[in-house]
Amino acid sequence: MEHNGSYSGHNGSYSSHNGHVSLVGHGDNFESQTILESKDLDAWFGSHHVVKSVSLHFFSRTVSAIIGPSGCGKSTFLRCLNRMHEEIPGARAKGVVNFQGKNIYDMFSEPANVRRHIGMVFQKPNPFPAMSIFENVIIGLKLAGVKKGYVLNDIAEACLKQVGLWDEVKDKLSAPGLSLSGGQQQRLCIARALAMAPEVILMDEPTSALDPISTARIEELLVELKKTVSIVIVTHNMQQAARISDTTAFLLSGDLVEFGRTGEIFTNPRKSETERYITGRFG
Amino acid sequence: MEIATKKLLLEFMVTTQAKRKRKNIFANLVLSILAILAVSPLVAILGFLISKGIGALSWEFLTSLPAPYGESGGGMGHSIVGTFILVLFASLLGIPVGFGAGIFLAESSKESRFASIVRLCAEMLAGVPSIVVGLFAYFVAVLPFGGFSAFAGGFALSVIMIPVIARTSEEILRLVPVHVREAGLALGLPRWQVVMRIVLRGSRKGLFTAVLLAVARASGETAPLLFTALNSRLWSFSATQPISSLPVQIYTYATSPSEEWHQQAWGGALLLVLLVLGMSLFARFLFSGKKYGT
Repeated sequence: MEHNGSYSGHNGSYSSHNGHVSLVGHGDNFESQTILESKDLDAWFGSHHVVKSVSLHFFSRTVSAIIGPSGCGKSTFLRCLNRMHEEIPGARAKGVVNFQGKNIYDMFSEPANVRRHIGMVFQKPNPFPAMSIFENVIIGLKLAGVKKGYVLNDIAEACLKQVGLWDEVKDKLSAPGLSLSGGQQQRLCIARALAMAPEVILMDEPTSALDPISTARIEELLVELKKTVSIVIVTHNMQQAARISDTTAFLLSGDLVEFGRTGEIFTNPRKSETERYITGRFG
Repeated sequence: MEIATKKLLLEFMVTTQAKRKRKNIFANLVLSILAILAVSPLVAILGFLISKGIGALSWEFLTSLPAPYGESGGGMGHSIVGTFILVLFASLLGIPVGFGAGIFLAESSKESRFASIVRLCAEMLAGVPSIVVGLFAYFVAVLPFGGFSAFAGGFALSVIMIPVIARTSEEILRLVPVHVREAGLALGLPRWQVVMRIVLRGSRKGLFTAVLLAVARASGETAPLLFTALNSRLWSFSATQPISSLPVQIYTYATSPSEEWHQQAWGGALLLVLLVLGMSLFARFLFSGKKYGT
């Protein structure tokens, strides 16, 4: 691929700013910090090889989109980035994923610890049943050992404000999380992820179950959020990728076809498959 | 198909239509009768118990000790209290073990060999005749401690409860959608916390149902108590003394020669059935048509 070769000799002790290949292009220089990268990552479901030796990197404080037709392995790849993939029976992954220079597939690496730094938002809004709006936001912290009520209150308020839900729910924090609308539930799930103060949030088609207005709100929110947290989003909606992402990776049948700045990918793709996909000729 | 064949077939269908209709009505009728037969024992039992037992039920029956042989009056108060104490002991032992096994079974992968062995054993344990459970408890909890006791009775009943709770709670936990577990794991919580603090929380009602069904089952058992808790004619609140229970008291009275005691047995049987049916109905009501997490 375009970026190989630049990693040789770093063997895992990779620091975020030691000048690897930067993307072609100009404008603001967001390529300065790699926060997360995969190297020759493979993933399987049983004997089905769904992600094939994908090497990709994601920059700090950007929105990175992963696009591709259904079944191309983009969700699986995403789930490998915080070790959620292995939770599915029969699923396994092999390769290297460096987060802030450390391989999360290292034998000493704890999946729970990885996920505390790399959060996740799912396709279908999934607030915890039998929990209030407030509890949904703070349950992670509470179970992680944060006991002080005022700390939890402050964090809940801050996170709900961050996702623009505070004004809508401040008078009914004890109402069930599931009583909210779909779009509100998804923002609640984002608030729940934010409460753990992750460095990266992975989003697996977070708007595909939502109406256009809720989708627009979430898209605005993501652009706002990238000031504080890096976002990797899988989407089958190419307009969405074009609207909100800084970099785009195109996956096809488990292979990385092309990776680059979103503007470049959508206006001047280097591979013919990319061009055919983004112009809607297949997928 | 040839046109002639088609025509023939059509004619055949028309001429046999009435016959098929008759057959259908007949089959429906037979099956309905069989269905009524299947549930009629319940109706008969209830009717029988109410007609025979309602006369024995009184405040005195519920609150006082048996009258001496030959005297009228007296009640089963000590057996009612005894049943509650026995079920309490059984629950203390059986609920943690049953839930533990249920959670283990629900959380282990479908391919796990050990889990399938445990599941098979739970199923076989549920099928062990209760008199055998009583004998087992006699050797494990009576003989070594030198006497019949409420504790031994509770132990025997817990052996009845454990497989019921384990299998029911496994079924209920398997209903939990995958996305709930995933959402918990994605917060960076260890698996045990996700299960114990998030998954179980949404299943509270279902798990309560599992306990209720097991308690209903245990409180009606006689055989496991015959050589463990034995019986008593006195109020007993001690774990180390023999204790009375409704089923054993009914058994004792029903096999006695006294007409007065037969009456008491009917009253006790009615009370026991109401208790068990009430718990089952309540459990059903709690869990009927409810989705996970509501």
